[in-house]
Amino acid sequence: MGVEKTVILDGVGIKRALTRIAHEILEKNKGIEDLALVGIRTGGVHLAHELAARLAEIEGETLPIGAVDITLYRDDIKSLAPHTPVGKTDIGFSLEGKRVVLVDDVLYTGRTIRAAMDALMDHGRASSIQLAVLIDRGHRELPIRADFVGRNVPTSQKEKVQVQFDDNNRPVEVVLEK
Amino acid sequence: MNLLIKGGRVIDPSQGIDEVLDLVVENGVVKEIGTGLAAPAGAEVVDAAGRYVVPGLIDMHVHLRDPGLEYKEDIVSGTKAAVAGGFTSVCCMPNTKPVIDNKAVASYIITKAKVEGCCNVFPIGSITQGMAGERLAEMGELKETGCVAVSDDGKPVANAELMRRALEYARGIGIMVISHAEEPALVGAGTMNEGYTSTELGLKGIPRVAEDIATARDVMLAEYTNSPVHIAHVSTKGSVRLIREAKARGVKVTCETAPHYFTLTDDAVRGYNTNAKMNPPLREADDVAAIKAGLADGTIDCIATDHAPHHLDEKDMEFNEALNGIVGLETSLPLSLQLVRDGVLTFQQMVERMSCNPANILSLGRGSLKAGTPADITVIDPDAEWTVEPEKLASKSKNSPWLGAKMKGCAVCTVVGGKIAFNRKA
Amino acid sequence: MEFKHKHIIALRDLNKAEIELLLSTAENMREVNSRDIKKVPTLRGKTIINLFYEASTRTRTSFELAGKRLSADTVNISTSTSSSTKGETLSDTALNLLAMKPDIIVMRHSVSGSHYYLANKINCSIINAGDGAHEHPSQGLLDMLTMKDKFGRLDGLKVAIVGDIAHSRVARSNIQGLTKLGSSVYLAGPPTMMPPGVERLGNVTVCATMKEAIQDADVVMMLRIQQERQGKTLMPNAREYSRYFGLNPENVKWAKPNAMVMHPGPINRGVEMSSFVVDGDQSWILKQVENGVAVRMSMLYHVCGGELE
Repeated sequence: MGVEKTVILDGVGIKRALTRIAHEILEKNKGIEDLALVGIRTGGVHLAHELAARLAEIEGETLPIGAVDITLYRDDIKSLAPHTPVGKTDIGFSLEGKRVVLVDDVLYTGRTIRAAMDALMDHGRASSIQLAVLIDRGHRELPIRADFVGRNVPTSQKEKVQVQFDDNNRPVEVVLEK
Repeated sequence: MNLLIKGGRVIDPSQGIDEVLDLVVENGVVKEIGTGLAAPAGAEVVDAAGRYVVPGLIDMHVHLRDPGLEYKEDIVSGTKAAVAGGFTSVCCMPNTKPVIDNKAVASYIITKAKVEGCCNVFPIGSITQGMAGERLAEMGELKETGCVAVSDDGKPVANAELMRRALEYARGIGIMVISHAEEPALVGAGTMNEGYTSTELGLKGIPRVAEDIATARDVMLAEYTNSPVHIAHVSTKGSVRLIREAKARGVKVTCETAPHYFTLTDDAVRGYNTNAKMNPPLREADDVAAIKAGLADGTIDCIATDHAPHHLDEKDMEFNEALNGIVGLETSLPLSLQLVRDGVLTFQQMVERMSCNPANILSLGRGSLKAGTPADITVIDPDAEWTVEPEKLASKSKNSPWLGAKMKGCAVCTVVGGKIAFNRKA
Repeated sequence: MEFKHKHIIALRDLNKAEIELLLSTAENMREVNSRDIKKVPTLRGKTIINLFYEASTRTRTSFELAGKRLSADTVNISTSTSSSTKGETLSDTALNLLAMKPDIIVMRHSVSGSHYYLANKINCSIINAGDGAHEHPSQGLLDMLTMKDKFGRLDGLKVAIVGDIAHSRVARSNIQGLTKLGSSVYLAGPPTMMPPGVERLGNVTVCATMKEAIQDADVVMMLRIQQERQGKTLMPNAREYSRYFGLNPENVKWAKPNAMVMHPGPINRGVEMSSFVVDGDQSWILKQVENGVAVRMSMLYHVCGGELE
């Protein structure tokens, strides 16, 4: 049986969604003071850069961006068989007093976000952590909710949602695989 | 018991016989070899069609571990392994507890072997008292008791002066000195052959020259004292060359090698396999080639196993800590037959090196099927294929590097003193 | 890339991609070591036994920290407190430890290959912290990571290793790892300390003199010389050794101007290296130690995955 793929969000749609999220972030935080973006490897990092570019366009200032790899914080290490590589966590600024917007591509069970928040906590005490995702596909297993959502997509658990990026790490489209 | 061994290919190098013949045994001795022989009264008939019938094989270098180390092997289990391997006589080394350095221990072995053993057992006494390398043992009385040679096997006689005197003294008595040729200072804490493999495995090596130097020394001492010497378990190309040259000069030197030295290289140690740990250690491919060449041209007179049983607890441990040695009685014949199949030796030459030559070197009055000699006979199936399974080995110990290996050829019937000591079940 | 080994006993057993994975994870592990809270929950609930049959401060501490930073419970057993002095076999000791359900045993043992022996006896993971003169894989990896830090690559590097190669597990692990990753290894030392056939281990050249080995080298790695260990026959004394095989401010100039100087420690100042070099600009010795923790975290992480097929 072949895999059935449906594009649920095209390039234009992604751009619109990200622009809207950028505005929402500014609105909620009343500006960009003390704001920082941290993307979750790997898709979240790319999207964090997209958001930063938009925020810079709007506000004329560049936000600090970090990247967090959650491998070491996963709760399912036993099922990682054989072992997956550990990616690089790179947060080149202090989180103390920062309002951090955590960025990921797809929000699903919430376990990745739990791991990412634990990782952020170990890096320092941010004044707040908010969550921005491009897609929320439901099926949460933990009490986690996104502050900024590009699109809500109802899915079944058998399906897969993937955000595709091009060679320059720019988002191309979001695909639903059945 | 009388026997008629019928229709086998009789190979007796001592008489130059190689043809399909019958063989009659009466009252423990060979009576007659010929065609169409009738079974004497009450004789058991052994059908040897398609088999080889040869003078009983003799292993001049085994460790029976009895007395004192019976948890590894004893005279009963060791001789059972011997006859299963086709051997009708074994010569046992003196590193027992106590050492065979006196009449009492030698008598014990001879008596126990006569009563309980399955084959002839000829003890080898020690060269020095307690094998301590300090004073000569009572070689005269050892010989009178029945020892066929003296050796401190397992240890070299490190002191050259002592070795010189041992050779001289033994010549006077008429007993062969068997040298464990090894320069201990060069062996040091070595645990395997020194070479590329030891470098890769990070194990301390035993250089080949440790054996070569000692072989050279003992050959020169034999030459100087005009005494015979037999070099045990030759493993290096250097030793083969030294012995070949010495023989050409007329030095009374003989020697033996063991099946593992013409079959395996130190590659067998990989994986830190303690069943490939022995002394001298397994060497390299060019040594194996030299050993084969030495066997082929007669430089090496005998194939002996250096059967060295050890308990599992003495082998199942870190490589450095494990004891040296492997069992060999039950695998020697197929491994030697491989030399025949590979064209290294003729069948006759193999029989010489496994029977006639050891008998002659130690004056055992055997190694022949001449009428009147004790009826020690081995019937060989050269093609039977079998697998070395630890539970099927007769030896108490299972420390063989060939566990699980396929073998070709075996003894099907071993006759000791005219009696069937071993009959392989089909 | 997957890592399919239950044990890490020798770099000889690993291929290029597996070594690269261990190094890349180690690089990323350093982030944990650089922050205020130097701990991640990765190996929470795992038990690691550090079983040391030989004295060691650096390696044991480094493994212990690595385990703790990954949130594993670590227990140290060294010879003075073990049963080995009471004549218990390695196998029995290990089986007894196994009854305490460790996930990893990190072992240092004086007998080459003892880890393979143990691996056949027990079902937890085994990491080699040094076995006889065989291998010391964590040291090899941390050395390689340190070289990669400076040069960004290992491919094409000329690495000189000077000293007692024959008795060095550090040298063997470096040779195995470096040559798989494309470096050329040049060895120097008195012929008494050069094991036979060592050039067959990989892209290895045995040099007649120290100069030949370190000429234009990118890395100069000096090995520890101990009079006790090398015995009476391998060299006359430390003084003469130092004269021909010691690294000093003059001969270090034979190497490339930006060459790095390394040493697995502990150093005999004035024997294999002069203090000027140890403390000099080209010395990466302390960086090696620092990288040790990250490398060992990587090793612990990679053997501690799920069930292997």
